[in-house]
Amino acid sequence: MTRSRATAGWRTRVSTGVLYAILVGSLVVVLAPFLWVFAGAFRSTGEILANPGAWFPVNPTLDNFVTLVVDGNFLGYGVNSVVVATIIVVGNVIFASMVGYALAKLHFSGRRVVFGAILASMMIPFTAIFVPQFVVVARLGLIDTLAGIALPMLVLPLQVFIMRQYAESIPDELFEAARLDGAGEFRMFRVIFLPLAGPAIATQALLAFLASWNGFLWPLIVAQTTDRYTLPVALSAMSQGTETVDYGILLAGAIVVLLPVLILFLALQKYFIRGIATVGMK
Amino acid sequence: MLEERPAPRRSPARRSAVTTGQNRAGWLLSLPFIVIFLTFTALPIVISLVIGFTDMRSSDLRNPLAVSFVGLSHFTDLFANPQFLRSLLNTGIYVVVGVPITLAVGFLLAVALNTGIPRFRTFFRAAFYVPVVTNIVAVATIWQYAFNARGPVNSALAWFGIDGPNWLGDPAFALAVIIALGVWLNFGTAMVLYLAGLQSVPEDVYEAAALDGAGRWRILFSITWPLLRPTTLLVSVLLTIFFLQVFEVPYVLTDGGPLDSTITLGLFTFNQFGFGDLGKAAASSYVMVLIVAVLGIVQFRLLRSKS
Repeated sequence: MTRSRATAGWRTRVSTGVLYAILVGSLVVVLAPFLWVFAGAFRSTGEILANPGAWFPVNPTLDNFVTLVVDGNFLGYGVNSVVVATIIVVGNVIFASMVGYALAKLHFSGRRVVFGAILASMMIPFTAIFVPQFVVVARLGLIDTLAGIALPMLVLPLQVFIMRQYAESIPDELFEAARLDGAGEFRMFRVIFLPLAGPAIATQALLAFLASWNGFLWPLIVAQTTDRYTLPVALSAMSQGTETVDYGILLAGAIVVLLPVLILFLALQKYFIRGIATVGMK
Repeated sequence: MLEERPAPRRSPARRSAVTTGQNRAGWLLSLPFIVIFLTFTALPIVISLVIGFTDMRSSDLRNPLAVSFVGLSHFTDLFANPQFLRSLLNTGIYVVVGVPITLAVGFLLAVALNTGIPRFRTFFRAAFYVPVVTNIVAVATIWQYAFNARGPVNSALAWFGIDGPNWLGDPAFALAVIIALGVWLNFGTAMVLYLAGLQSVPEDVYEAAALDGAGRWRILFSITWPLLRPTTLLVSVLLTIFFLQVFEVPYVLTDGGPLDSTITLGLFTFNQFGFGDLGKAAASSYVMVLIVAVLGIVQFRLLRSKS
């Protein structure tokens, strides 16, 4: 009896050890691209040309980043990205909270239709509607403006969904009591719901920022002059046009695009993951 | 048996006052969403159907009423166009190969993190989730560097004496690299959703199975996997939508080449748009709307019937 238990314990420990080894191994493979960035972004063009397949820089240099800012106008593209992201985050925090609350707590006649529209727009691939969307934005006179880039993303369906799930988790009694005391619907939204919604709003703001910062196809077609490029559009333009690709500068650009999101994620990962997990809990 | 308690009565006047108040507030609070949705999603879907039947070009944007109808000719052209057919085929391969691999990787990692290891769960979960939040264009740029003929991937293979191919220049390998990047980008989503699903499986189900003498793998495939069917369906809906509309990955990595071996529906549509042929681009995108609608209906039926 004692012996068999000891054997079982030994076997569990070995298999746990093997599992850790597999997980660490997978992690190294999964995170390899971030290693590859260092292989290029911090090396001079000469060093890359001499040995393109190296895994680490021999003489690390920041020249590529300097070139990006001085010749590549990456500060300007960064400002564009930040402006677009700010509009989208503020829009979503305000508007998605409003709809999310209404869908969860107010019995209004169009509730099912509005919720159906949200589910439907989560299902529609963006690639399928960007052509007519471009026509609409062109008719509104917003082609080649930052507003035109931001406007269609002002209320993202995923954010509404997250807000609605959160609002449903708040007990109805709170609102019923306030209603009996004569509080108006908008007042309840402001005074009861919003103060309680802090964590959901944080998740929502992060995911809206992510969607905006990482957006590519739409800014690519709306921004027609380089002055309106966002960071990803500028990055892809660098790799498209030239005959010989300067990987050092390209990878330095990739770091600039990746870094803000990575830092945010490392600091606030539980909110990001909570957002996605919300979608799982229908 | 308990007697049913009568519901507290409200005077009819008061009740209707509450509902009109809620009605008005509900609509007003939803208004911004409704306006944005109608303008940028609903209206485009309708317009798309119309444009797909016209000869509209970018130059007609100032005067959209000047375009003329061309009937079904875009659609018949598309299905006679080898490049379009190739993009349909590639998108199909991309979904059929990419989605199951992503599901499997996400599922196995979730199970390993949930039951297999006593410590560092949160760390692994966060670290495996990193690809989901990264910028696709930036990552594709990195992969383009890594998989070039003399890049780090081939230099690593050389350590093992393997002479790596010119990944992105070879039709046989380019699609594989693109699928691999799709899996890399998405398995974290599958993992997190499966982790959420696993939390909802009651502990005593496992205990009962263990008492009946079921082994670890038996429990995994006969109990855990079937119980997570709703999660699997949800994840496959999300992944299918992603893989179907993939655009950035082939656009940055290969631009559809070599020899159209990696062109996708999204990229094909974008190219028609780039040529200024809005009619053909809209027709091509409508083919995608129809595919997604059909798949969506099938998957929702499955979801409904199981839950």
